[in-house]
Amino acid sequence: MLAIYRKEMRSYFINPIGYVYLGVFLVFSALLCCYTTLVRGSYSTGSYFTYLIFSFMILIPILTMRLFAEERKLKTEQLLLTAPVSIPGMVLGKYLAALTIYVGGILLSCVNLIPLYIIGAAERGGSSYSMTHIGPITGEIAGSLIAVILLGAALIAIGTFISALTENQLSAAIITIGVIAAMVLLNVFNLLKDSDGQPLIRVYAIRSIISWVSVMSRFSNFTNGIFDYAALLYYLSLSFVFLFLTVRVYEKRRWG
Amino acid sequence: MIKIEHLVKNYGSNCALDDISFEVGEGEIVGLLGPNGAGKSTAMNILTGYLSSTSGKASIAGIDILSDPIRAKKLIGYLPEQPPLYLDMTVEEYLNFCYELKGCKLNREEHLRRICETVQIGDVYKRVIRNLSKGYRQRVGIAQALVGDPKVVIFDEPTVGLDPKQIIEIRNLIRGLGKEHTVILSTHILQEVQAVCDRIVIINKGRIVANEKTENLAGAVEQVRRFRAKICGPQKEVLTCLRSMQGIAYAEALAERDGDAFTYFVESEYGTDIRKKLFVMLAERGWALIGLESLGMNLEDIFISVVDKSEEKGTAAAARKPRRTRNTKSRDSAEQDLGAALYEDAKRRREEAAQNETEDD
Repeated sequence: MLAIYRKEMRSYFINPIGYVYLGVFLVFSALLCCYTTLVRGSYSTGSYFTYLIFSFMILIPILTMRLFAEERKLKTEQLLLTAPVSIPGMVLGKYLAALTIYVGGILLSCVNLIPLYIIGAAERGGSSYSMTHIGPITGEIAGSLIAVILLGAALIAIGTFISALTENQLSAAIITIGVIAAMVLLNVFNLLKDSDGQPLIRVYAIRSIISWVSVMSRFSNFTNGIFDYAALLYYLSLSFVFLFLTVRVYEKRRWG
Repeated sequence: MIKIEHLVKNYGSNCALDDISFEVGEGEIVGLLGPNGAGKSTAMNILTGYLSSTSGKASIAGIDILSDPIRAKKLIGYLPEQPPLYLDMTVEEYLNFCYELKGCKLNREEHLRRICETVQIGDVYKRVIRNLSKGYRQRVGIAQALVGDPKVVIFDEPTVGLDPKQIIEIRNLIRGLGKEHTVILSTHILQEVQAVCDRIVIINKGRIVANEKTENLAGAVEQVRRFRAKICGPQKEVLTCLRSMQGIAYAEALAERDGDAFTYFVESEYGTDIRKKLFVMLAERGWALIGLESLGMNLEDIFISVVDKSEEKGTAAAARKPRRTRNTKSRDSAEQDLGAALYEDAKRRREEAAQNETEDD
């Protein structure tokens, strides 16, 4: 497993993919942070993290598209599958490599928040009243970071699974974009209102199903400063299910 | 060392392997021989744990590949049909990756250096695999199979796409491996198995049609004799005379002339030596025999006759149907006496020739 993890990490940086991912992600997050906080003159990071998730629609497929599709196309998976490595070990090695790049990107992007703290400290120093909190709320940011990381982990698991289904990287990427977009944007239907101010989707059951499936509706608690264990469990189980399915794809191919 | 018992593999409604059983002893080099699509690669993929079997058992050194895959895979080095190379790695990185992947405990540097010496890739050790020629890629693939000093080495068509010099090198290499490793290789090139293997297993349409020591096959070759005879005399009469002679299974005139002598192709019946009788018969008639050249039968002929035979029996049609359960019926017919097969082949051709003749008339 460790050998596969190391090989994947290496190949992220031998190909342009790792650099492209990190570069695009850092630029996007920096711009986003600038517009949602500094330009608006707000310490609230809620909308920053919310919009960040939209970037994952494009970025996470870049990270996951080649994981299995490339191996299958080049027939190198035969090496991995005939080596003394279990299939879960192989899947986990690849998944963790993608996750490492992702988490690395998120942690690097924390630099964006430093100006908020500096400005906050400056404003606090200049203010006469000490009772109210001025500046970003660290607890809320930490909670959001954890949620973003776990959400990303779930999306990467989905991307990994889709990559295992096809031997064409491009189709893996496009399908993953579609699936992630659906999961992220589904919530929009619940927010739509008709002219009377009533929700467009009248049936409560459908709305609750949509909000159950949507990753965004679960994320909104974190942006409001609530640490939602149920959502974390949802993200974790989503990751687990799709990794398990990836293993099953390989098991099935053996038996097919 | 390797034991395959009643292996069946169905791909949907297509049966790729149909009850295959054979054993390979330690240090033996066995060649799997068969036309394209015979099931060679499938058998190897099952043996290496890449595919599973529909039913049956494959074990390496007593370890079942399905029930304890990790331990069994540790004993195997496998070169698939297409060498599984990461094109963006250098040879060094690639072999190091394989070393880690297989969880080797040997002295890394010395082990890898020795492998590179064996397959002669030392001079491209630092180069990126993408830039290597096909022959070098193949050798890197072989090197990969040898990493970790596996007891069993399995090569799927190791010499495809190599130039003649490289083919000879690889064959020598494989023969050298046979001293310390158990080797299975597949090929559809007959000279290759003849040159390298101790034993030959011929597979056709998912069934074993022959499983013989290479010498035995060569022995079967000796039994049927084919000659090229140069005989002075009127062509048509000589030919009728040859055909009517006892012990000759088949005769035909070749389009070759040497003065007043014509050349004939003569095939004797199974187990009879016709040379003396032929000489006496010709001498009686006053036709001079000025040349008699023995044509050895090569493995190609054996292969074709064995494969044809198995198809003639109508087993082929049945073989392609999927088998959900193992058939316990005895399969003696599959492993048949090669000599008899060859004899029948000759007889069949004689009949065909006779038929053509009547049509001509």
